[in-house]
Formats: sequence, structure tokens, C-alpha cells
Amino acid sequence: MLYGKRLTALALLTAVTVTTGFALAFFYAPMDADQGFMQKIFYVHVPMAIVALCGFVFGGIMAVQHLRTGEPRWDLRSYVAIHLALILGVGVLLTGSIWARASWGQWWVWDEPTLVSFLIVFLLYACYQPLRFSIEDRDRQARYASVFAIVAGAFVPLNFLAVRLAQAYVHPRVFATSQGGLPPRMALAFLVCLVGMALLYVTLWRYEIASKQTSFRLRALKRKLGGDDAVGDRGRSAAPSLTA
Amino acid sequence: MGAAVNALLRKDLRLELRAPQVVPAMAIFAVMTLVVFHFALQRRAVAGELAAGVLCVTLLFAAMLGVSRLFVADREEGGLDAVLLAPVDRTALLVAKALALFAFLALLEVVLVPAFVVLLLEPALAAGALARLVLLLALADAGIAVVGTLVGAIAVETRARDLLVPLLALPLLLPVVIGLARAATPLFLPAGAGELPVRWLAVLGLYDLIFGLVAYALFDFLVED
Amino acid sequence: MDAVTAIELEGLVRRYGERAALDGLTLTLPAGATLVVFGPNGAGKSTLLRVLATLLRPHAGSVRVLGRELPKEGWAVRGQLGLLGHEPLLYRDLTARENLRFHARLHRVPAGRTEEVLDAVGLARRGDDKVHTLSRGMVQRLAVARAVLHDPALLLLDEPRANLDPAAAELVEPLIGAASGRTRVITSHDPAGGLAEADLALGLRGGRQELCAPARQVDTAAIGALYR
Repeated sequence: MLYGKRLTALALLTAVTVTTGFALAFFYAPMDADQGFMQKIFYVHVPMAIVALCGFVFGGIMAVQHLRTGEPRWDLRSYVAIHLALILGVGVLLTGSIWARASWGQWWVWDEPTLVSFLIVFLLYACYQPLRFSIEDRDRQARYASVFAIVAGAFVPLNFLAVRLAQAYVHPRVFATSQGGLPPRMALAFLVCLVGMALLYVTLWRYEIASKQTSFRLRALKRKLGGDDAVGDRGRSAAPSLTA
Repeated sequence: MGAAVNALLRKDLRLELRAPQVVPAMAIFAVMTLVVFHFALQRRAVAGELAAGVLCVTLLFAAMLGVSRLFVADREEGGLDAVLLAPVDRTALLVAKALALFAFLALLEVVLVPAFVVLLLEPALAAGALARLVLLLALADAGIAVVGTLVGAIAVETRARDLLVPLLALPLLLPVVIGLARAATPLFLPAGAGELPVRWLAVLGLYDLIFGLVAYALFDFLVED
Repeated sequence: MDAVTAIELEGLVRRYGERAALDGLTLTLPAGATLVVFGPNGAGKSTLLRVLATLLRPHAGSVRVLGRELPKEGWAVRGQLGLLGHEPLLYRDLTARENLRFHARLHRVPAGRTEEVLDAVGLARRGDDKVHTLSRGMVQRLAVARAVLHDPALLLLDEPRANLDPAAAELVEPLIGAASGRTRVITSHDPAGGLAEADLALGLRGGRQELCAPARQVDTAAIGALYR
């Protein structure tokens, strides 16, 4: 896994990209005629949403690998992917709400099917950690969590389809700014922000996995040296444990 | 595998018949929910979209009770070991449980639909509309049965079973909610029942198919150790 | 398929969380023989039985039961195993007969066999009584009936004579005793009785194999040492 220099290099790249992205968004991209300055939140909100959704699906893919091979490291990867995507998800809902307030004067709108679908997906994945917490047997916990991650991953596209169909039936799509027809300067800023967000996610993902693996190695060493008693209780944690 | 599904299904139905827990609870809860809706919505009768919504929500919440209890009898009697020890395909267990839940939901609807028509529905329900409603409910129940079996199997091994079932199942069942509510609306129109919108039947069918496949692929991992 | 060896374990490991519930078990049990497993509570006796019953997957090492490799070929061997664990695996709201018929259908055993087995454990007259009305001894007898219903080649018995009075124990002896001709793995807390029954004795402590030898070479003191 990544330690030391490679992780540092990745972190630096992320910092540079994110900063560039923000700079572009604030200074380079033109102000939106209708929505004014608040529209800039779009450069945070949409990349976050895209990365969060990819993160959930990515977690599902890791879970498939876990069920196929039975190796705990895939479970760890899946767990971290989902847990980070969930944190991003909170950010998406908050920024989405602020944006809705700025654009339509309300803190929430049902008219935007993407936001609504995202809320549902978020509520579903919010159960992931409580689910893990409530199963004591570690093996079973990992397996059930993987099954859940796969079911939820399969659910994401189905959910978007259903909600979009439901909205289109009643309200024609009111909101069209973020898709299609972005002026080139906006598009560039958006793209850089998207890449920056994706890099941020990957960096955090690798960082957290490296951190957890190190602490497990430490525990394993302690156990080898001092027996089962030398290792303290892990305390409350939904995270999977690695045994080697 | 058919013989195994048969044996398992008969066992579950016989257990429910012998010591009825699930179906009466769901039925009473459903009727009570209709009463709550009357007071909460402050209406004597509902029609159209509102009627479809009330029926959908009531069915869904009552179904949660059934899902919570689905695997409990097995777990209390020593787990699924008896079935796992037999030379039986694990999928047979999935099919049998889903069919059992489907049967329970059907029995629930035998009580719920008349109660709904009598208590809350404004326009009368003609025979043709009733037939269409039955078809629609069958599609919706299939989806609830499959997802319910999956969620029930996950939740039975957890400590907070009754809490987790609705938390996991409700988001997953949202497409069913949307499909059922949209498709049932024309049946409850005051001017006279219309046709079922094919698009929503297709959505329900697609949902049933996809989750059926997902459940088939993943169920083994829930029961094997 | 090796018909002479019933069980072959080599370095079997089964973890529970971060601990090892079974840590490197190695033994060979010929067909028709009886293995008695001794050890304090938590030593891994029940875990071993469940691994042999294909209910738990081995995490490392190899396990061959009746010539089949677990867990890959578990499906092939399931019909030939009979497990009598701590749980009777009977539905309390169903009658004795209904319970046995359910298991008979799962194992594709003809209906007549249910009556035969019910009679053999002396419950023919109580066949139509619900399980929750039966005494603990009767439930245990019914559990024995369930375990041998499909005539398994290998019996896995977790303290089989618990809850049985001497008369009942005598009744089930032909079904699960040495005379039944089946290969048996039995867990026991009784050093003298266990050794008398055993061909091979296995002593576990903390998941580790403390002793494994033909029963005649083991004395009760060695078994007693496991508990200290």
C-alpha cells in the first residue's frame, strides 16, 4: 500500500489541483447572469455529487471483490470508500440546499430529480455504519456489509431512473444550467474542480486505508509478542479489522 | 429444488397458520393506519392521487412488520441450520421465503383493500378497476417480497432488527412506492377509473427483475458462513 | 473418493474475529471409528463440529470429510452428515411428526422412514403433540431422530446424552451408539465415559490441539489436565 513518499506526492498533487480549481472558479470563470455569485457553489456541489456517487458505486465494486475472494482488505477498501462518500454526501446536501436557496429562494426543491435521488441514496447509505455496528460477529459483519454495499450500488441507477420518471411526469425539468451548453471558461473551471475533488477523494481513501492497515499491523505485532491479553479492546468501531 | 421450495413454503405457511403472528399484526396495523390517515389528513374521503398515496404508504408500512418477522421463527428455533444441513440449494430458501412473504402480503391486502374502499375511498371501485388493482398490487408485492426477503435476512442477524428493517427497506423500495402510487392514481379517479399506465407497470416489472437477480446472486452470502 | 478415511484434517484454522477458534488441527479418522473431543468450554469443540458439518468454512488448512474437500464439495457431502448440536433444530409450534416430515422432505427421505425413526426413539404415541409440549428429554430424543432420519454415514454429536435419563439414553443407543456402525464425532466432558467410547481421543484447549491419540493410549489424567 502507499506510504511515505508516494502518498505525499499524491497529496501535493491534490492540493495543487484543488487550489487551481477554486482559483479558476472564483477569478477566471464568468459570473452567472441570473444567479450571481452564489452560482459559484456549483463548482463545489456538482463535483462533490459526482465523486460521491462514483464513490458509492466504487464501494460496491470493492464489495463484489470481497465476496469473491473473501479477503478482508477488500472489505476495508469498500468500507472506507462508502464512509468517505457518505461524508461527501453531507456536503452535497448542504451545498445543494444553499444553492437551491440562492436560485429559487427555498432551502429544498423537489423539482430537481438529481438532488432528490441523492437524498434517497444518502439515507440508504447512512444505514451502512449502523448495520456494521449491530452485527457482532466480524466475519458476518463484513459479509453482510458487502451484500448491502452491492445491493445499494445496484439500487443507485434504478433510483435515479425512477425519480427522474416521476418528476418528468409532473414537472418539466426546470433546471438546466449544469448540463449542456456550459461556456468554455466555466467548463474549464468545472473540469479542474471535478478532477480536484476526485483526487481529494482518492487521497483521503488511500490515506485512511494506510492508517488503518498500520494500526492493525501494530495490533498483530503486539499480539504476537504479548499474547491475546496484550492487545486492548478495539473500542466502538464499525470499521473492519484485518487479521494479518 | 422445487420439492425443497415446496417443503420450506409449507412449513412457513403452516407455522403462521398454527401460531398466527405476522398476518393479523399486519392487517390490524394497516386498518389502524387508515384511521390515522383519516384524522391526520382531516378528510372524510380521498380520491385520485391522494387515495393512491394513502394505499401505498399503508401497504408499505404494514409490510415492514412482515419483513421484520420473516426470519425470526427460524432464528429462534436454532437458526437456519436445519435447512443448511440438508442437500438443498440455498436459492430454494430465498424463493420459499419470498413466496411466503408474498402470500402474507396477499392476505394482508384481502383485509386492506376492502377496508380502504369502505373507510376512505370516495369513488366506488368497479369490478374492472378492482381487477386492475389486483394486477398492480401483485407486481408491487413481488418487489416488496424480494427486497423484503433480502433485508429480512440481513436484519435477522443484527441486534437492532426492528429498527434496521424499515431503515434499509424503505429507501430500497422507493421505486415501488413511486410506481405503485403513480399507477394506482387513475384507478381512483372520481370521474371513473381509467387504464393502468403501462410505463409504471414496466418500471415495477423492471425493478422486480433487477432485484430478483441481485437477490439470487447475493443470498448465498447471507446464509453461508 | 476414499471410502476408508472418514475425516482428514490438516492444519485446520478457523478464526473468530481476531482470535483463532481452531488453531491448526490435524488428524485422521477411519470410517466407522469414533472420535471423542475433550476440552473446557470455549476450547473449540462445537466449532470443530460445525466445520465438519459444512456450516462453517475453514479459514486455512484442509478438511476432507467422507472423501470430499470442504468447503468446495460441501454440497456433495451434506446429505450424509447428521448433526446433533445444542439446539434441537425443531419448530416448537409444529408437531413431532410434522417436524420430522419437514426434514424428510428436505433430505428426500421416504415418509415411512419418519414413522420408523419416531418409533425407534419411543415417541410414536406423542407424534401429534406440538414440540413445545414435550419434555426436554423427549425433545432431545426427537432431535436424535431428526439427526439420523436420513441415515447419515457420519454423525456429529455435541454432548448427545445431555437431558437424557438412563432409560432414554438406552433407547437412542442403537441409533447413535457404536453399534450403529456409523462414523462418529462426539464432544464430551466425561473423561472416563468418553474414553471408553472412543477409538481416537482429541483434546482441545483454546483452539489448540493439546493431544490426539488412540484412546487406549490416553488416560483420564491427561484429559483432566486440559481443564487446568
